[in-house]
Amino acid sequence: MTASGFDVTSASDVFFEEEHKMLRDQVRRFVEEEIKPHADQWEADGATPRELLRKMGALGFFGIRYPEAYGGSAMDERATVVLSEELGRSTYAGVAITALVHTDMASVHLFNAGNDAQKAKYMPGIVSGEIITAVGVTEPDAGSDVKGIRTTARREGDHYVLNGTKTFITNGVLADVYCIAAKTGGDGPASKAVTMFIIEKGMEGFTVSRALDKHGWRSSDTAELSFVDVRVPAENVLGEEGRGFYEIMKNFQNERLVLGAMAMGEAQAAIELTVAYVRDRKAFGAPLWEKQAIRQRLAMLSSRVEAARQMIYATAVRVARGEQLVREVSMIKALCGELVNEVMYACVQFHGGMGFMRESTIERMSRDARVQAIGGGATEVMLEEVAKRM
Amino acid sequence: MKILVPVKRVIDYNVKVRVKADGTGVDLANVKMSMNPFDEIAVEEAIRLREAGKAEEIIVVSVGPQQAQETLRTGLAMGADRGILVKTDATTEPLAVAKILKKVVEEEQPGLVILGKQAIDDDCNQTGQMLAALLGWSQGTFASKVDLGEGTVDVTREVDGGLQTVKLKLPAIVTTDLRLNEPRYASLPNIMKAKKKPIDEKSPEDYGVDVAPRLEVLKTVEPPARQAGVKVADVAELVAKLKNEAGVL
Repeated sequence: MTASGFDVTSASDVFFEEEHKMLRDQVRRFVEEEIKPHADQWEADGATPRELLRKMGALGFFGIRYPEAYGGSAMDERATVVLSEELGRSTYAGVAITALVHTDMASVHLFNAGNDAQKAKYMPGIVSGEIITAVGVTEPDAGSDVKGIRTTARREGDHYVLNGTKTFITNGVLADVYCIAAKTGGDGPASKAVTMFIIEKGMEGFTVSRALDKHGWRSSDTAELSFVDVRVPAENVLGEEGRGFYEIMKNFQNERLVLGAMAMGEAQAAIELTVAYVRDRKAFGAPLWEKQAIRQRLAMLSSRVEAARQMIYATAVRVARGEQLVREVSMIKALCGELVNEVMYACVQFHGGMGFMRESTIERMSRDARVQAIGGGATEVMLEEVAKRM
Repeated sequence: MKILVPVKRVIDYNVKVRVKADGTGVDLANVKMSMNPFDEIAVEEAIRLREAGKAEEIIVVSVGPQQAQETLRTGLAMGADRGILVKTDATTEPLAVAKILKKVVEEEQPGLVILGKQAIDDDCNQTGQMLAALLGWSQGTFASKVDLGEGTVDVTREVDGGLQTVKLKLPAIVTTDLRLNEPRYASLPNIMKAKKKPIDEKSPEDYGVDVAPRLEVLKTVEPPARQAGVKVADVAELVAKLKNEAGVL
């Protein structure tokens, strides 16, 4: 039950069209009916089931910006923001990230850099949810610092031989298709040395070395991947050899926008359920809501979340027009990653002892939120991107 | 055969409704609005009849403000073929809506009109019945099952104490109950397709209907808060309380 209508931004009409609102309604209903009643089990299982992902695919949630020829809907970034925000609102960020990594962090590499044959082979399955994707850039010694990766791919005739390790790979355990970054340029300039490869589950020498046990996002599977002399056909090169660095960079803009929107969805849900809790919860003879200190803190957090949302929406509109907005999306990622954690801290606090209990929603949400300041570019990295442009 | 499905834009069923401080009505500012859930069931039933080859065209119609177009668009995204928006900012009472719908029926000549049994905002539960009376058509209200035959429709109704099945001669009015079906989602590709489906815009004046309210709302108040329950140790205490305190035994 929504506490009231305050989750509907009054600015909606400025940024969104009818179809975005309808998409929001459909995702929200899907979250209520298909995710919330079951996701505690998925948290325990450590993964979101494929059946759910196929249902999302069938409703078109995985093809938002992909062309109709692949089963997509050819919409723009605003629709992506709606999906991200509504999945974030589910309170199960692990389920949300499972879907969003597939749609907006992994499959995008295939779509943006892939040739027609590669796209014809994979995109219909990606859109329908039959094929789930992961992206492997991060390594034990390199994350946001893409140039520092150590996985190598050596050309041998019509194959490449891949060796290395990837870690913290979301969807890493259960994905079918992986977009993997490896160095092909030896010790040459790093920006020309990275190539992206399409790796399929089952290729010889490619193994999921372990599933990682996480602080939050527990309904999302995260893996360490190992590549030992994996023979990859040359036709699996994604885009041009040596251009991988730029392909990776290109998608950071989208990724930061998506994570910002997801974080603000989480923040809205947390504030809503906390407002509902403090209106009910009595202490010293009155509901906690009667304490100005509490309601004003929630009001200020709500104001900041609303401001962030409107920045996300405005940026999405501009990105959809083709503007390059590295500064803005970096601001969004830094701001939202920190803000969602401030929101969670206050919301746990106002839940009192219950906020510390595993049985409370806010406890899970506070664990899930932590990574928003880390994954997809840590706050410090984002702030450097902003500082460079000051 | 054409099926006409009237739909209403109402406060979303998930929203906790608040009464305005001055008691003149409920607060609609920044409140999420959606299609009346019973109307969604009506749209779904019409689509199923078309999918079963028993209908050719589904027309959704809404009487309300400009934003009711969004509600029509939802019906189109679910699968209806075209829409009619009868635009008015006035508060519309069931009789006014029924009069407008009668005119729409006369124009469109549907074989079946499927409506929600009531709207969840005012819970009137009148429009379908009034429309049947105005048209002189047979009606099957509170349907939990609709079985369309040749020139007739069997409607299973949820009545006190059980189910009743009535056979109606077509054309007819059916109003839906909650258990008739489970409405489908509008998939994103269908949402995009719905953008291209036509919505005709009309006004009550086009139909010569005076929608001025016949009723005046004097005051709107919150329902009284439910009192906390009492736990009793055993049956004996329960009976004693029912006798002595509640006075019902």
